[in-house]
Amino acid sequence: MIVPFGHVFILAGLIFSMGLVCLVAHRNLIMTLVGVEVMMNGAAIAFVAASLRWHLMEGQAFMLFILAVAAAEVSVGLALVVNVFRRTGSLDPDSYNILKW
Amino acid sequence: MTLYAAIFYLLSAVTVLATAIAITRRQPVHAVLYLIVAFLGTAALFFLLGAPLLAAFVVIVYAGAIMVLILFVIMLFRRSPRELRLLSEWGPATLLGVVFLAVAIAMVFKDPNSRIVLKGAVAQPGDFGRFLFERYWLAVEIVSILLLVALVTIIQVGKGRGTGGEEQEEGL
Repeated sequence: MIVPFGHVFILAGLIFSMGLVCLVAHRNLIMTLVGVEVMMNGAAIAFVAASLRWHLMEGQAFMLFILAVAAAEVSVGLALVVNVFRRTGSLDPDSYNILKW
Repeated sequence: MTLYAAIFYLLSAVTVLATAIAITRRQPVHAVLYLIVAFLGTAALFFLLGAPLLAAFVVIVYAGAIMVLILFVIMLFRRSPRELRLLSEWGPATLLGVVFLAVAIAMVFKDPNSRIVLKGAVAQPGDFGRFLFERYWLAVEIVSILLLVALVTIIQVGKGRGTGGEEQEEGL
């Protein structure tokens, strides 16, 4: 009635792989966090599509937990980025060579 | 092709295009703004796939809270940090993504279950909330503990470079 199940999964895989490229390619920590967000978005689409495929609400429940984990992850990650920018004055991961608190 | 299928492919195109523009921007502000469009497309997609409560949550939490948080953090930096070596990593990264995507598509098309056409169904928000708190109440509590731990971590990490926090007002 809507679309074949595989098409939704291909969409999820496309978004996930774009997040992967963003995570690997950029040399800016904020863009790295953005890439992780995009990857979680793709995983969430796959969960919701599977929830509709089997008519079970577990997939949607997992999507809710993905949402909470994404919120916690990005807030802690941004706090770390701000902290490390204070110390080094750079957002390039290559310039972080001080391994001490 | 039904109307629902047309809406699905249109929303998919918008989401994929906005994400593709977002991940290739050099300025993080532009990337975040394009990503808001992508998340709104995802929310509409969730509504189409029968999850109206999750669509509302995506608009509120993803497109609202998280993206605004990233925007504020970008504004904290004095000057927008420029990426020095731009093109050196894009080739291997794109190759990696394309290989991953090709394997994923091959696996999806090999499975005969992937040709099953989805039937429309809607999880009403009240039913979904009751299901969540009857079957997964422990996981909801664990998520609340996770958010509390994240809050404590942010307070400790964002305090500044001193361990005692006496020089926290040093500024960025």
